[in-house]
Amino acid sequence: MRPLHPVPPGIRTVLGISFFVLFVAFWAWITLGGHVNRIFLADPLSMLRDGWRLLVEDRFWLDILITIWRVFGGFLLASVVAVPLGIAMGAWKPVEAFLEPFVSFARYLPASAFIPLLILWAGIGELEKLLVIFVGSVFQIILIIAVKVGSTRRDLVEAAYTLGSTNNGIVSRVIMPANAPEIAETLRLVLGWAWTYVIVAELIGSSSGIGYMIINSQSRLATGQIIFGIIVIGLIGLLSDFAFKAFNRWLFPWSLA
Amino acid sequence: MSKLLIENVSRTFAGVRGGQPVRALMPIDLAVAANDFITILGPSGCGKSTLLRIVAGLEAPSEGRVLLDGKAVNRPGPDRGMVFQSYTLFPWLTVAENIAFGLRERGMAEKERDGIVASYVDLVGLKGFENHWPKQLSGGMQQRTAIARALANDPEILLLDEPFGALDNQTRGLMQELLLGIWERRKKTVLFVTHDIEEAIFMASRVIVMTARPGRIKSDVAVGLPHPRHYTLKTSPEFSALKARLTEDIRVEAMRTAQAA
Repeated sequence: MRPLHPVPPGIRTVLGISFFVLFVAFWAWITLGGHVNRIFLADPLSMLRDGWRLLVEDRFWLDILITIWRVFGGFLLASVVAVPLGIAMGAWKPVEAFLEPFVSFARYLPASAFIPLLILWAGIGELEKLLVIFVGSVFQIILIIAVKVGSTRRDLVEAAYTLGSTNNGIVSRVIMPANAPEIAETLRLVLGWAWTYVIVAELIGSSSGIGYMIINSQSRLATGQIIFGIIVIGLIGLLSDFAFKAFNRWLFPWSLA
Repeated sequence: MSKLLIENVSRTFAGVRGGQPVRALMPIDLAVAANDFITILGPSGCGKSTLLRIVAGLEAPSEGRVLLDGKAVNRPGPDRGMVFQSYTLFPWLTVAENIAFGLRERGMAEKERDGIVASYVDLVGLKGFENHWPKQLSGGMQQRTAIARALANDPEILLLDEPFGALDNQTRGLMQELLLGIWERRKKTVLFVTHDIEEAIFMASRVIVMTARPGRIKSDVAVGLPHPRHYTLKTSPEFSALKARLTEDIRVEAMRTAQAA
């Protein structure tokens, strides 16, 4: 195979799908073929059956909706705080010098370790769930955006100065539009991570959501349900990622597309 | 009175990691008359771009000062339009929006902008491309837009830093004629930096030849060739004589640069 040589779109799709098929086939083989104990791993068919029962009888779709709302709520909260801060840090070096060391430190504080504290502060209601996602996302977004903004093309900034831009004009009419696609891509990336945090938040002190269903199923050894829940998260993540990507492409035709 | 005065301007860069400071420019004096087209010719690394950036206000001189219409330059401003060698169109703006950028920064109303933009789109021959993104344009078209963007601001002086350096030879020739044609019709004070001898002669009413680093002015050659200039001028005996003389001047400097390296 020639390195870096592109693959035709049709073959690309076939290759992509065939791994899914292989993966499910292997799973079916070890479970239906009796190679692993069904207590530990449900087979694909019972997983689908369990999933259907969850959706129809246990109103699992309500859990799905509540998890989606938590992810987007917490993520929105984090974005509203982090995007302006990240831009400010990237654009003005004193702001960066002031905040960067703390944010770098805070970034390594695991969001999951905050859950006991957040429960003490905010109870086990929705606010606590949103805060877990907020803590997990906000510092990451700030730092990535600060770095991107800090590496704005200097020649564009210089060109704008020679065209009469003021310092504030540079920030709002060069730095911000120049980095808008990168900022949107950063948000897309972090939204993926937010899905991890929400499940962790729902595993502890929760009475609804996909994570709650998963921890609940564990005590009943309902591995089919657990796997169904995991797959649902994967599918929603994939869908939101596609939607986000399409939205970015529509928003920034000059950069992507 | 001179339009632009460069008085005793020099530039020294601080040494890297405790090394010796590097002198990029020896003190330079230069007076530019209004509506003159001046090319600054020198081997690469001679500090000619640094000099231009100092005039633009993008860099500060270590000594000396730059006066435009008698006023000292200490920061970049819309009175000194600049065209860079790298493609510096704003990629998120269309051709028309790029050309309108300076007018918008000045707070001009959209209606008024549109008329000016249309005339400059016309001037650089980009009719039909107003709504294209920069990434959809060829290098030559991008630089034409950059020239229109700088001119639309109606600057007192136009500064060009090897604007055609990244273009292929044929496109470069066409761009030279385009820019010269605009200058012949509209008259503007122009400072044009290049390392291309032919380009320096063809465009200029005066060629300033710079030495190898640290740069200083080696010679100041008036180009008396008549206007309007046609590309066939490049093969005329007068042109060739000037070219032979400048080639000799610049060759010595290029060799000094090569030996120093």
